[in-house]
Amino acid sequence: MAELFIFFEQIYRILFLLIPVLVSVAMIVWLDRRVWAFVQKRRGPNVVGPFGLFQTLADALKYIFKEIIIPASSNKVIFILAPIVTMTLALIAWAVIPFSETFVLADINVGILYLFAVSSLGVYGIIMGGWASNSKYPFLGAIRSAAQMVSYEVSIGVIIINVLLCVGSLNLSDIVLAQKDLWFVIPLFPMFIIFFISALAETNRPPFDLPEAEAELVAGYQTEYSGMMYAMFWLGEYANILLMCAMGSILFLGGWLSPIDLFPFNVIPAPIWLILKILFLFILFALIKAIVPRYRYDQLMKLGWKIFLPFSLIYVVLTASFLMYFDLLPGN
Amino acid sequence: MIAHAIVFYIFSLIAIISAIMVTVSKNTVNSVFFLILDFISISCLFIMIGAEFLGMIMLIVYVGAVAVLFLFVVMMLNVAQQKNEWFNSSGRSSHIPVGLLVSIIIFFELIIVIGGWKYKPDLLDSIAIEINTDLTNTQSLGSVIYTDYVHLFQLSGMVLLVAMIGAIVLTFRQRSGVKRQSYFKQISRDRKDGIELVDVENNKGVKIDA
Repeated sequence: MAELFIFFEQIYRILFLLIPVLVSVAMIVWLDRRVWAFVQKRRGPNVVGPFGLFQTLADALKYIFKEIIIPASSNKVIFILAPIVTMTLALIAWAVIPFSETFVLADINVGILYLFAVSSLGVYGIIMGGWASNSKYPFLGAIRSAAQMVSYEVSIGVIIINVLLCVGSLNLSDIVLAQKDLWFVIPLFPMFIIFFISALAETNRPPFDLPEAEAELVAGYQTEYSGMMYAMFWLGEYANILLMCAMGSILFLGGWLSPIDLFPFNVIPAPIWLILKILFLFILFALIKAIVPRYRYDQLMKLGWKIFLPFSLIYVVLTASFLMYFDLLPGN
Repeated sequence: MIAHAIVFYIFSLIAIISAIMVTVSKNTVNSVFFLILDFISISCLFIMIGAEFLGMIMLIVYVGAVAVLFLFVVMMLNVAQQKNEWFNSSGRSSHIPVGLLVSIIIFFELIIVIGGWKYKPDLLDSIAIEINTDLTNTQSLGSVIYTDYVHLFQLSGMVLLVAMIGAIVLTFRQRSGVKRQSYFKQISRDRKDGIELVDVENNKGVKIDA
């Protein structure tokens, strides 16, 4: 009986986390389009609901009622599995994100590795979708994105090593608490910039949205998808973007910690701070989408392998020797 | 404890079935997907026995990188042709005896290892490293690899480096006629060597030497 109670309590906690995440994904799509419109001096979605806030819900409703078309020559099982995989992987990663010292679903020892593993699995949704469509453009998009995501994961991994050197633990709560005095964005500022750009590439956002470059590949791996399955890809993509923003704020911007431990700031509850930081990073994502032109594919690969990887490797050596020299290594 | 056992059997069942499907499945891409499923369930088993670091590394390295490359290669191959060669012309194919030999050898090796673990009671005492149960397994792996056996670790790194350089040398080919973009060249261009003003005579045209 007690086990059953624990089971239902866990389900309640999972829902308590997932439903706000899904709602905020819907809101973030609206925010993305508004920021984009703002930069281009347009109004953006402003009709459905106050300020157009319910635009995404209206879109989702439209997608639900549209017919799902499965191409006759596709591999049907994998075709249907692909958006499900994308969506699931984007959502399960939220289990380890700490919103405050106590408010975390699974406070596991290797939290950052879990996040890294789940984000590196994200490529499967795209490859499966692209291959199973059995058509030229989706396949090209899938191959591009596989190469792109694998390359940028490497530099994200090395950046994570930089942060871990300063923390001495793989637990996400420990990573946040280690930034109590100084956010890592200050000593590791170059790494923060590289992390941000790699996150853009990892989530296939502009200027690195080559897997779905509409001028070249129609819509990349999503070309053959319609209705609810397309909407799932789309939701998963935005959930992934939010996740990368959360990862950035936990690794570099001090997670749930307030900027200074003084009166008006430390009254505001911890989850609000994390949400504000995620929003800040997301607005940067949205601004870059509006401002920067798309990269060419060879430039993208060159940036990942020839510039980011060596630079972050050198920074690892630098950080390690700095910590060693001033005897600041954690765990001593 | 019962819940633990049930979850363990679910994962090991998935692992075994997908391992069988890797070899049985006729579509190569499906085989790779089953291989990925196998990796994932094995990393879940690692996590269940408390080796969470190993499980995560398994996910990151095998599923996140190695299997992606597998998939990448397999998707590029002409799958229909390969299927015929492997399964339909069993008379000519020499893959099956070799595979059988390898699997028999692996089977005997496993018997020896598991037999040693099962029937030699002091096997655990004969290991070279003290097991410190206070540390998390990330910390203890780190101290074993990077402190106690750092030279062997460096040595294996060198072996991998040699292998990597070998692979690059073997596949490298110099292609001629490729126009590469050079940022320095582009930035250091100025008006003088970019533009040339020519007086064009009527009905003559201009000769441009590229």
